Amino acid sequence: MSPSFQLDGRPVPFVPGQTVGAALVASGRTSWRTTRHEGRPRGIFCGIGVCFDCLLTVDGVPDQRACQVLAREQLDVSTPEGENP
Amino acid sequence: MTTGTVRATASGAAPDVVDLVVVGAGPAGLAAAAVAVLGGLSVALVDAGQELGGQFWRHPPHGSAVGDGKDLHHDLRSYRQLTATVRDAARSGRCRSLLGHHVWTAVHPAPGQHVLHLVDRSAGPGRESAVRLEARHVVLATGAYDRPLPFPGWDLPGVYTAGGLQALLKGAGVRAGSRVVVGGTGPFLLPVAAGLAARGASVVVCEANDPRRWAGGAGAALGLPGKLVEGAGYAATLARHRVPVQLRQAVTAAHGTDRVEAVTISRLDRSGAVVAGSGRRLEADAVGTGWGFVPQLDLAVTLGADLVPSWGGDQVVGVDRWQRTSVPGLSAAGEVCGVGGARLALREGQLAAEGVLRDLGRPGVTGDRGVVAVRREVARHRRFAAAMAHAHPVPAGWTGWLEDSTTVCRCEEVCAGQVRRAVADGAVGVRQVKQLTRAGMGWCQGRMCAPAVAALAGPGGPGTEVPERLVATPVPLGVLARGTGRDPIP
Repeated sequence: MSPSFQLDGRPVPFVPGQTVGAALVASGRTSWRTTRHEGRPRGIFCGIGVCFDCLLTVDGVPDQRACQVLAREQLDVSTPEGENP
Repeated sequence: MTTGTVRATASGAAPDVVDLVVVGAGPAGLAAAAVAVLGGLSVALVDAGQELGGQFWRHPPHGSAVGDGKDLHHDLRSYRQLTATVRDAARSGRCRSLLGHHVWTAVHPAPGQHVLHLVDRSAGPGRESAVRLEARHVVLATGAYDRPLPFPGWDLPGVYTAGGLQALLKGAGVRAGSRVVVGGTGPFLLPVAAGLAARGASVVVCEANDPRRWAGGAGAALGLPGKLVEGAGYAATLARHRVPVQLRQAVTAAHGTDRVEAVTISRLDRSGAVVAGSGRRLEADAVGTGWGFVPQLDLAVTLGADLVPSWGGDQVVGVDRWQRTSVPGLSAAGEVCGVGGARLALREGQLAAEGVLRDLGRPGVTGDRGVVAVRREVARHRRFAAAMAHAHPVPAGWTGWLEDSTTVCRCEEVCAGQVRRAVADGAVGVRQVKQLTRAGMGWCQGRMCAPAVAALAGPGGPGTEVPERLVATPVPLGVLARGTGRDPIP
């Protein structure tokens, strides 16, 4: 069974070595936050840590780039929607 | 300090005084580090990524279960040689690879002394720590990132930069879509399309220019058969997977509500304006957009290196024949000196390290005749890069694709209409537009929108120059407060 991390309490499988963002894209999820003015959905855009579109909360630390954080078992990832349902 | 030795910090974590710090572990940085350690220097090689290779040789972290994606890479022989040299040196204590480390600022308090401030993110969010490196010389090999241009719908999820699609594929083995449109200009679109097609995606390429006029003979004429072989390889892959390459066409809109579902592809006239009525709709679940690359100049600007215009029209770091910048002890190599591809970067990195060895009174490792040959290769590749840039310009008429409601600054959600109104109200240049609209003031600090805002704001005026970003990456304040257990920041 492949390892997984938690996204808003639900498991997301990953291949060791993938980033959180890559694992989310692989799972079919293209967005995981909304913009603060217009509430538009955002996910990965540049994929290399430059654009800051793919921000989410990791282990309680907000504003982490999903494309830069390596996925690990037991990682607790949350989206702003998940925090304020 | 004694040349060739490495002093450890009190914690024993990382060497903090070395002969040379190389920033960036792509082709240029790897070559510089490898030559420097072979020449007997103590070296620290820093990269924000999780593995050696940079973007060009992006690999999953060592020991990862992600496949190696061999077909996505070129010149892996050089990659293996350079990484083997660097890893051997790491084992003998002469080179330290600081992966997952990001240089957030750098200063040079005295001649022959550079101090780099890093944030170590390798332990994950909430576990960052500060690292201070001091060196006699620095080689900046910070590379480049995609130049995106906005179009209606480019902020929909599922629209990526072309490099973003490639990073997902190379670094994680993830194919971002099954029906993919890759659009923009430049030879980089082809390997992105080829990699996706080889993994079963249905791919269409839109190249805004028509490079056929020169592409056939230019590589051979410039003495670079390798480039033709590489190009032919992509062409064969694209043909095998029936990937159409549409010339003089562009993705001028992406459609969907919460993610991309389709695009509009339009024909362009010679000025880059959309040919009226030429738009056609195509279903797509992923889009890659790329208009060449923007050199990553943050540290070069912070350290005060003189910039010069490059063959591509961008400002780049000005260097002499040993890749030395205008700042003593600071050299630069690779895309920061002009976007020209991996081979050029590799050779510039080699020259940079040879220059550092000579400046430290050491014999080089390449030999005088070898250096002459390297310089000749560098000159050929720069001519080729200039020809490439000439064949793949950003079309002048592209701003005509923007509706007033099109988002230009993704971070601050500033639309083209706001920028146009600011210009109509008298704003001159990027800086005044930024002050009036907040375009470029968000998380990415204008890295994604600057080319577009500059085009809309028009030439001239303050702020058209390369922006100064004294903090190159966000750093948690707690990390700064904890410090490195050493002197305060000089």
